[in-house]
Amino acid sequence: MIDLQNVSKTFTLHNQGGATIRVMDGATLSVAQGECVALTGASGAGKSTLMRMIYGNYMAQGGAIRVGGVDLVQAEPREIIRIRREVLGYVSQFLRVVPRVPTLDVVAEPLRAVGVPRDEAQDRARALLSQLNIPERLWSLSPTTFSGGEQQRVNIARGFAHAYPAMLLDEPTASLDAANREVVLGLIAEAKARGAAIVGIFHDEAARDRVCDREIDVSRFSPARAA
Amino acid sequence: MTDQAYNFAYLDEQTKRMIRRAILKGLAIPGYQVPFASREMPMPYGWGTGGVQVSAAVLTPDDRFKVIDQGADDTTNAVSIRSFFERTAGVATTTVTTEATVIQTRHRIPEVPLAEGQILVYQVPIPEPLRFLEPRESETRKMHSLEEYGLMHVKLYEDIARHGHIATSYAYPVKVEGRYVMDPSPIPKFDNPKLADCPAIQLFGAGREQRIYALPPYTQVVSLDFEDHPFEASRADHPCGLCGAVDSYLDEVITDDAGGRMFVCSDTDYCETRQAAGHRGKDAA
Amino acid sequence: MTPLLSVQGVTKRYGAHIGCADVSFDLYPGEVMGIVGESGSGKSTLLNCMAGHMAPDAGKVVFDTRTDGPRDTLTMSEPERRMLGRTDWAFVHQHARDGLRMGVSAGGNVGERLMAVGARHYGDIRARATDWLERVEIAPGRIDDRPTTFSGGMQQRLQIARNLVTGPRLVFMDEPTGGLDVSVQARLLDLLRGLVRDMGLSAIIVTHDLAVVRLLADRLMVMKSGHVVEAGLTDRVLDDPQHAYTQLLVSSVLQV
Repeated sequence: MIDLQNVSKTFTLHNQGGATIRVMDGATLSVAQGECVALTGASGAGKSTLMRMIYGNYMAQGGAIRVGGVDLVQAEPREIIRIRREVLGYVSQFLRVVPRVPTLDVVAEPLRAVGVPRDEAQDRARALLSQLNIPERLWSLSPTTFSGGEQQRVNIARGFAHAYPAMLLDEPTASLDAANREVVLGLIAEAKARGAAIVGIFHDEAARDRVCDREIDVSRFSPARAA
Repeated sequence: MTDQAYNFAYLDEQTKRMIRRAILKGLAIPGYQVPFASREMPMPYGWGTGGVQVSAAVLTPDDRFKVIDQGADDTTNAVSIRSFFERTAGVATTTVTTEATVIQTRHRIPEVPLAEGQILVYQVPIPEPLRFLEPRESETRKMHSLEEYGLMHVKLYEDIARHGHIATSYAYPVKVEGRYVMDPSPIPKFDNPKLADCPAIQLFGAGREQRIYALPPYTQVVSLDFEDHPFEASRADHPCGLCGAVDSYLDEVITDDAGGRMFVCSDTDYCETRQAAGHRGKDAA
Repeated sequence: MTPLLSVQGVTKRYGAHIGCADVSFDLYPGEVMGIVGESGSGKSTLLNCMAGHMAPDAGKVVFDTRTDGPRDTLTMSEPERRMLGRTDWAFVHQHARDGLRMGVSAGGNVGERLMAVGARHYGDIRARATDWLERVEIAPGRIDDRPTTFSGGMQQRLQIARNLVTGPRLVFMDEPTGGLDVSVQARLLDLLRGLVRDMGLSAIIVTHDLAVVRLLADRLMVMKSGHVVEAGLTDRVLDDPQHAYTQLLVSSVLQV
């Protein structure tokens, strides 16, 4: 479902003397349906960089990144957008939303985007929000004013609203209390059970051990080692 | 008693030819505003300089000329224009609508139906019906040429929104032969139906704005409206106080300081003709 | 799939000065594209060339018309192009007063495009105007008020309603949130996003505000000195800019 072949990444800093920094070389990995793979490695090893390349907001300089059969390195923007809408979900660490939009609509939006009727999408959003213990009185408010933990849970609810066949999870259990952490791990397990291919970054080792089938140390893709 | 110091009908022959060309073009394209080189006339703008130039261009020595201002033959404007052509063209004049061959008018169409062979010349202050909504001449010309007339209905829409009905009661816009939207000059909308299918030639002259437009005989002229707010010509609530007519356009005349008033035909010739035939209204002496 | 709009080699010069040079891209149905760049980068020139407000010196602007399929709008007759401008195209100006008739009521402003394409039933026109005022969150009770009595944000929303009432397929926007308070901007952005999604609109948005394009645009084109220096998926361009100018632009944004 998610398939990387020989992916490389370079940053060129034009405004800092044109410095070229090669951060990744020969990244190759494959995640099957129903499988959850954890990216590991020291801070700065390139876990987030790799994740962003899979999502398409970092440009790969070489190789192929196939998600749902489409090579995102070569794809047109509209193709990437379609993949993101239908196939590839992403739970980032930061909630980025239009201010003023009620939480319920924020969570329902990914479903609305794939054509689910408003009522049905909101029902699913309500179920997720209550599952994640967001008090009902907050649903009609914009999440921009929420606490960090609440925002994180809204973000997770939004990420799990649509049953994506492939998902990227960036620290999904960070800053959550024990109860909510359990809920999130449950959601991940459910997603795996329905066949989602998942790539995640988990600093929470216990969580990683519970939901992940494999670990990939991204430092082995770092060019310094290859050289 | 033509004043020999003047060329026939005041204007020189070349100017009259120029105006006739504009008139002919106007007749060929009904409702289209033809630019013409309007001349200085011995009267101020707003006193009918456009109409006077058109009349001067169409008058022949055999014509019988009538001038009305708001329907009346005896107001200052009508009297002075009539005497202007008596002096500069030596044409016969009349106040009788049916006897006139050329009628210059401000703000009215005579009540008596016009006939073939007659020419009705309108004095026009602002020829552009779109002007109040679109001030740019370049843009209104383009709108006419491309038949973009949505804006005209915006004006009528605003009327209904504000007053509950189309409150435009004079200079009511019309569409000519399904093509050009035209300002019929500030005639009351009561007169609008008379524009259509008229046996006479109707010519419109705007002196200050330098435009001439025309309706050839028997032209289709439709007043703009909405399906659910159809055009209605205004109707008088009263019969004429002098001749008792119930089918004419009335002026309100204040008769004393106590608020006494009467309603009389604005078309003086029509009223007088009816009175001569023995019709009497309630206020008739 | 046929692109809704295909821009090919559009070039506009002002004498020796370049307005925009050799710009090409395809826009597909439902896509929203942002064009960013500093003042004088040529983004407004490009927008005006595409929208038919200005004639480029070279290039094609091919639009997939409903009746005849793809047609170059630059070689169309003017009546055809103006008809497009009243039906399938919409143009939202930065200053609402450029896109509204300030002397005409809100209802008349919204209704004008309907009347321009032949609507002649007052009740229907008014009902649709009321519906659209509600969709852009203007109280229907304001329908007979003139835009001069509206706030800047309301005027901008009225302009959007006036443009979208005929169900266009392509909307050109020139700095639609420029000059508005931040809170009003947010409301407008949310509104635009909802309308774009619900109506399946394609849009081209010119702005210098990177936050606006991140929220509204699927794709981004970065212009400098009349040239497109970088283009691609919006968050790819913003998160991993490749061109020196884009890197400078992105790093110049104040973080809050």
